[in-house]
Amino acid sequence: MTPAPTLHLKTAILIVVMVSVAPLGDMFLGKGMKQIGPMPDWAPAGFFDFFFRTFTSETVWIGISLLLGFFIAYLLVLSWADYSYVLPASSISTLMVALLARFVLHETVRPLRWVGVAMICLGVFVVGHTHPRTTEP
Amino acid sequence: MLTAAVLYFLIIIPGTCGEMCMSHTMKTVGEVTDFRPRSVARSLGRAMKLPSFWIGISMMAAGFFALLGMLSIAKVSFVFPATALSYAVGTLGGRLFLGERVTRQRWVGVLLVCVGVILVALGKG
Repeated sequence: MTPAPTLHLKTAILIVVMVSVAPLGDMFLGKGMKQIGPMPDWAPAGFFDFFFRTFTSETVWIGISLLLGFFIAYLLVLSWADYSYVLPASSISTLMVALLARFVLHETVRPLRWVGVAMICLGVFVVGHTHPRTTEP
Repeated sequence: MLTAAVLYFLIIIPGTCGEMCMSHTMKTVGEVTDFRPRSVARSLGRAMKLPSFWIGISMMAAGFFALLGMLSIAKVSFVFPATALSYAVGTLGGRLFLGERVTRQRWVGVLLVCVGVILVALGKG
């Protein structure tokens, strides 16, 4: 059985990976889709052209790769950590999203949102002080 | 109104159940201790051979499409705060179906996260 400090450390590392790559993946995917523009109509020719442009976009593939990285990290951490631990802990990605919005996209982040982010961080801090695994391996 | 209720149910229940299936799948595969790419790929390959993996993926996909559907009929400022409930449902599910020991401290953390998610969503509106 993995000692508690090691378990805490590897759980924290994978959660950091998850919450770092998922918002970046969303951002690249969103940027890629905006570059492609809206789907013109549901006619086969328009649909296939839209499909082709989506899956030949480098930005879209960067987004997909990052989200795939998130999913792999998510599965790996669930191989030992409780779902009721990983689920709230991963919500700290909202901090990452707010930071990206403020400093990369230069959006205005309203004070209420910062209060919410602070509350989530506090919640994650509280959950983070429980043991990641409460079931027998 | 009925459509919105059905979609809301689909976001919360199958979405959360799908994630619980994934958790169950990975616990069956066993703790990953070797993080070299080949070893990680082997663990993921073992997971993909389990029916619960595909059941989980299908349920998560149903939850995701329900979320897209909900976003097309309701305001974002309503949808995202409403999905905060999934944190509480997921924690309850972990306790009831996965046998996890959810302490009072963990519940307090989850409730703080739920309130935080609601505030973040309202702050975006």
